[in-house]
Amino acid sequence: MGDQVQKMTDMMAKFIGHTAKKLPDDVIAKLEELREKEDSPMAKVIYDTMFRNQELAVKLNRPSCQDTGVLQFWVKCGTKFPLIDDLEALLKEAVIKATFETPLRHNSVETFDEYNTGKNVGKGTPTVWWDIVPHSDKCEIYTYMAGGGCTLPGHAMVLMPGEGYEGVTKFVLDRMTTYGLNACPPLLVGVGVATSVETAALLSKKALMRPIGSHNPNERAAQMEKLLEDGINAIGIGPQGMGGKYAVMGVNIENTARHPSAIGVAVNVGCWSHRRGHIIFDKDLNYEITTHSGVKL
Amino acid sequence: MSVEFRDGKKILVTPISAEDLKDIKIGDIVYLSGSLTTCRDVAHRRVVEEGREIPVDVRNNAILHAGPIIRPIDPDNGKFEMVSVGPTTSMRMEKFEYEFVKITGVRVIVGKGGMKENTANACKDFGCIHCVIPAGNAVVAAVCVEEIVKAEWRDLGMPETLWNCRVKEFGPLIVSIDAQGRNYFEEKKVEYNKKKDEQIAEICKHVSFIK
Repeated sequence: MGDQVQKMTDMMAKFIGHTAKKLPDDVIAKLEELREKEDSPMAKVIYDTMFRNQELAVKLNRPSCQDTGVLQFWVKCGTKFPLIDDLEALLKEAVIKATFETPLRHNSVETFDEYNTGKNVGKGTPTVWWDIVPHSDKCEIYTYMAGGGCTLPGHAMVLMPGEGYEGVTKFVLDRMTTYGLNACPPLLVGVGVATSVETAALLSKKALMRPIGSHNPNERAAQMEKLLEDGINAIGIGPQGMGGKYAVMGVNIENTARHPSAIGVAVNVGCWSHRRGHIIFDKDLNYEITTHSGVKL
Repeated sequence: MSVEFRDGKKILVTPISAEDLKDIKIGDIVYLSGSLTTCRDVAHRRVVEEGREIPVDVRNNAILHAGPIIRPIDPDNGKFEMVSVGPTTSMRMEKFEYEFVKITGVRVIVGKGGMKENTANACKDFGCIHCVIPAGNAVVAAVCVEEIVKAEWRDLGMPETLWNCRVKEFGPLIVSIDAQGRNYFEEKKVEYNKKKDEQIAEICKHVSFIK
């Protein structure tokens, strides 16, 4: 069993390192599409820089962005997955390993004592969110590097039902023209609609794990995704907030039922350098990576 | 002469004078060669609030709001390699920037996103510009670093240390505040807010799901 723990730790460290250096396939495809559609000289210079950067990151084997974030994991773990008991500890170990091997920036500052741990982990970091899957022996892990710039726009509040989805619209768009400019657009925008701040907030982050171009299964929610996407683009924020036709790679809404007296709403954004990974392990640690093609761990 | 033109690029070479900046306007794209020092939150606080002398001379040179990834080559002899460096949100330094420019005499501030009146006033009063380098492009920026000349205030940890670099054609830098005090982002924001209100009104026609 110890061997398996070590094996999974090593694989996760390598996967984390890879996600720091190469963007997921869906993000690259979307950025290529948006690059083609921009025509101002400034937007072109910005996109040229972005694509040259991603090429250099792979060529020189370096993190593409210096802010490699605080690591966040969304784990969907089967109750029968053999390493379930070891998972949280091994993910922490994998982050430490990746921090020195990749290298990643040291992004864990202990609160109140206010010192950088120098290992990229600390009390409660990396963050691990659990979804337990009954009767399964698989383990799915979403990895995410939450950088400071695109974490700052995060916001949640509870609206009165009278404010309706019109209130949700205003809540999201207000955030885009204030904090959104500095969060490295084109952004992936995650919106959570639920009851309270924490339910909405978790959904808004979960929404960022969904592939670009995917839609909420609810028809109205999907319609609202499209309305928000077109609306934010039409503001003219463009790449880097400097002006242009496209400011978002997409808007993903995740929702649950709500209390009749409250609409909890939250927004979370991912920057253009949206370093999200998704890997699925079976009980023998055979793996499938859905976000990045051509990776061997 | 501290302004050079090469391959269609306008390159500012340190030391830079106020005179060199006077024809530069918001929205212009320039590059930087010479002395560039990373300088962010706590370093600003030390200079402005604690009144400590900045241990790297940034007068007529440039600073970068950034926290890089550095690889030690021979740390005992002060040898480091720049692995990855990119701008961080400049707005965090807004509170300190007027005094910082006044005290240090820095000419070019590079960062991410806009800054406000404090910085715009400093740019106008002391002859300085604020530029943004497209963020998230840490390798492009790192390969412009020829050498890390020295590292000061290392007690602040890797992101906050003053990493004094010799850079070559560092950029592209998009001028967001010019030496006349014009502010690209503030002007753009007026436009964005107007369009935002129009878009909210438009979307609201279609989302009356509670009936």
